[in-house]
Amino acid sequence: MIHLTIDGKNLAVPAANTVLEAARSAGIAIPTLCHDERLAPYGGCRLCLVEIDGMAKPVTSCTTPVREGMVVRTVSERLYRLRRTIVELLLSDHPNDCMTCIGNGDCTLQELAYSYGLRENRFHGARREHHRVDANPFITREQNKCVLCGLCVRVCEEVQGVSAIGFADRGFETKIVPPFGEDLNCEFCGQCVAVCPTGALSARLWAGKPRTGGITSTRTVCTFCGCGCNLTLKCKANEVFRVDSEPTTHNRGWLCVKGRFGYDFINSPERLRTPLIRRSKGGPLEAVDWPEALQHIAARVTRFKAEHGPDAFAGLSSARCTNEENYLFQKLLRAAIGTNNVDHCARY
Amino acid sequence: MNEEIVVNVCMGTGGIAAGGEQVMAAFRREFAEAGISGARVGENCRLHKVGCRGFCARDVLVDVAVGGQASTYQYIQAEMVPRLVREHVLGGRPVAEWLVGEDYHTFHDNQCKRILGDLGRIDPEDIDEYLAADGYQAAEKALTTLSPAEVIEIIKESGLRGRGGGGFPTGVKWQFCAAAGDGQRYIICNADEGDPGAFMDRSIIEGNPHAVLEGMIIGAYAIGATLGYVYIRAEYPLAVERLRCALRQAEERGYLGENLFGGQFALRIKVKLGAGAFVCGEETALIASIEGERGMPRAKPPFPAQQGLWGKPTVINNVETLANVPPIIRHGAAWYAAVGSGKSKGTKVIALTGKIRNTGLIEIPMGMPLKDIIYKIGGGIEGDRLFKAVQTGGPSGGCIPQQHIDLAVDYENLAAVGSMMGSGGMVVLDESDCMVNIAKFFLQFTQAESCGKCVPCRIGTKRLLEILTRITEGQGREGDIELLQSLAEDVRDSSLCGLGMSAPNPVLSTLRYFRHEYEAHIKQRKCPAKVCNHLLTFFIRPDSCVGCTMCARACSVKAISGESKQPHHIDQKLCIRCGSCFDVCKFNAVLKE
Repeated sequence: MIHLTIDGKNLAVPAANTVLEAARSAGIAIPTLCHDERLAPYGGCRLCLVEIDGMAKPVTSCTTPVREGMVVRTVSERLYRLRRTIVELLLSDHPNDCMTCIGNGDCTLQELAYSYGLRENRFHGARREHHRVDANPFITREQNKCVLCGLCVRVCEEVQGVSAIGFADRGFETKIVPPFGEDLNCEFCGQCVAVCPTGALSARLWAGKPRTGGITSTRTVCTFCGCGCNLTLKCKANEVFRVDSEPTTHNRGWLCVKGRFGYDFINSPERLRTPLIRRSKGGPLEAVDWPEALQHIAARVTRFKAEHGPDAFAGLSSARCTNEENYLFQKLLRAAIGTNNVDHCARY
Repeated sequence: MNEEIVVNVCMGTGGIAAGGEQVMAAFRREFAEAGISGARVGENCRLHKVGCRGFCARDVLVDVAVGGQASTYQYIQAEMVPRLVREHVLGGRPVAEWLVGEDYHTFHDNQCKRILGDLGRIDPEDIDEYLAADGYQAAEKALTTLSPAEVIEIIKESGLRGRGGGGFPTGVKWQFCAAAGDGQRYIICNADEGDPGAFMDRSIIEGNPHAVLEGMIIGAYAIGATLGYVYIRAEYPLAVERLRCALRQAEERGYLGENLFGGQFALRIKVKLGAGAFVCGEETALIASIEGERGMPRAKPPFPAQQGLWGKPTVINNVETLANVPPIIRHGAAWYAAVGSGKSKGTKVIALTGKIRNTGLIEIPMGMPLKDIIYKIGGGIEGDRLFKAVQTGGPSGGCIPQQHIDLAVDYENLAAVGSMMGSGGMVVLDESDCMVNIAKFFLQFTQAESCGKCVPCRIGTKRLLEILTRITEGQGREGDIELLQSLAEDVRDSSLCGLGMSAPNPVLSTLRYFRHEYEAHIKQRKCPAKVCNHLLTFFIRPDSCVGCTMCARACSVKAISGESKQPHHIDQKLCIRCGSCFDVCKFNAVLKE
């Protein structure tokens, strides 16, 4: 353990910690914009600057490892001024259209602007001009809202291993684009959307849907595959309009394209909500309740087993079931029906 | 008949641009012709291409030595060669009117040439000439008689500091790296010289590439690196070519490769071309670039000496730093430290430019007073105008005013007056330079070269430039000076890398010493140096105007009227203050105020 002092608090933290991690573990808040504890430190936004005794200039706490005997200050007049200037500079090159922005209420920049009381801006000047790009089916980019925190680039490279986007150009004109500035043509996992701290990246499915008011969050498990990623469904008026995942879950908040964007079936009018039985060949499908459906199946299975033996049955299961369900399914086939004719789309 | 004839033609980039190739060809042609006629030119005649000798403004410079008696000619062109060969080489009488003047000697005599000494003497494409000038003896001495720790100790004792701008003690850096890790280590030569107007490193590689390679061999031995990289700008084609030539020759002769000097030590050196980003001179960005990533800096610590290229301990030294290493090993630390001042030992190569008579590449002992550089080596201000300031350290440096003209140039003193050594750029400014405009010029460069990673540098430098631009365009506002000062300090204090931290220096130093010029621009709407056109009024003196109509034709908004051969007149309501009339008038009849 390393012993250090942050804002007068004596702390003992693991040697691998950064100053930011040490501070947050002690409940000391340091503002950040480009930091995500699941990704490698970046040091680009400069908001997490702290003063450390013996260092001439403020340093970024997200990149600085703790050292024995370190004395750190996270609050001072100078740090406040530097952080405020940084936010002010960001806002000077930002549309500031929060009222109609999809990121409203879920935007780190908005929170920072509010907490630093930036009603006026000393730095009015040129702004980047980027057109909204949303020709692809999933992700909308409004790059004039991009703060170049690099979170999207890093999640794409470090977590997804795809590197579908990267930095281009220099200076004020720096931007994040797919190769050759074309539209996105990736696997559309949407991790970039999930980590974007502003409204620069959003999902097309979210457009025009509720943002913050009257929202309920329901935690559930994704049904697309056996990974069992935890989901948080954002609902209003009995409609799911956004899917998210918390960083504290076993999937660390990461999702794939299906889990994140494949939720339209939930509200689909074509979705099956009750079991259906076709009682005669060519006859209509008839809606029934579950007890009736299960009894119907049990009766037929018993009859066919008696007439034709257990090997007349075969069962095929799905990767969209959980491991437990798949286990129970083969158990049903083997123990209850008595056949080994059971398989799974990914093989048992 | 056996008198040796040596002709050296300056073939640095400046020399080639001025026609060096043609001069060389003309000498070859003349010699061939003279040789046929049975004159004294034969096997004993040597025609040399040599690297930059610093005085590029006088190119093509040619030395003609007959029997040890050398004369130097300036401004030589191919068509002048026949006469040189006829009168001097064959006739033995130097062509007096083409010889360099007194100032050529004051330019050179006041310098202390330790690094540049062999530039302009030896052929950079011939390893034998480097060997004849004691080349690779230092490497042999280090590898065969000294332990790595002893080499580091000598470099530490010598007081050599990084010449790329940081000024970090080289020996200490080597020691950190040698102590870090236990596997692969790397040495990198930083030849990504990007400051506008700087050509120190380029000239050294073009003129004496083996010196840099020898420095790398010694450094690699000291830290235990078996692979080195030279990261050099692709915009330096001649330097790249000569470097590759030198690498090839050094490999052929066994100065690079396995079992160097009969020992166990092995070193390979690769050349990596930079793609023209200024920020790649920053060491962490440079490492990212070699690794194939976008050249963006990362936070330090960890320092490259701990975790550098591919995560391994890495030493990055500037070209000039490495070129200093062989002479230190050859002559010893005490010899090296005998020149210099305070904590700055040895010499510094400087690119001297601006409003000065003798521009070029110079090498001064550390601690030389600014005024000696400007008035002795530089020959004073061009056109006898008044000295105003000297801008040192490249785009990230600051402007030093008249009051500090006695300043002894070293790392600490330059920093104390708000500038820096940087890689050694020195631009002399006179009374006709507007300091607000100078600050704007440098900010244009740094803001365009920002990598875009951190907010203060990416947006802050843009806003600084915007404020400076509006001041020079007569749109300055009350409070702009305070805003500039405040933003410049914030950018300096919160940026990620050296580029952003030092980018506000031109603003801060001109605000410190030339605040009155800013005030004149904003409050009186005047540019005291008469540079910022938007703040000037152009008018025509009737008594000087001959009515040639040049100005009227040059005026894009038809603001100038007047009959031919009659004095013209500028309509101030239409004038957009572009200055075209001023530029075209041959009779000094257009005035600006």
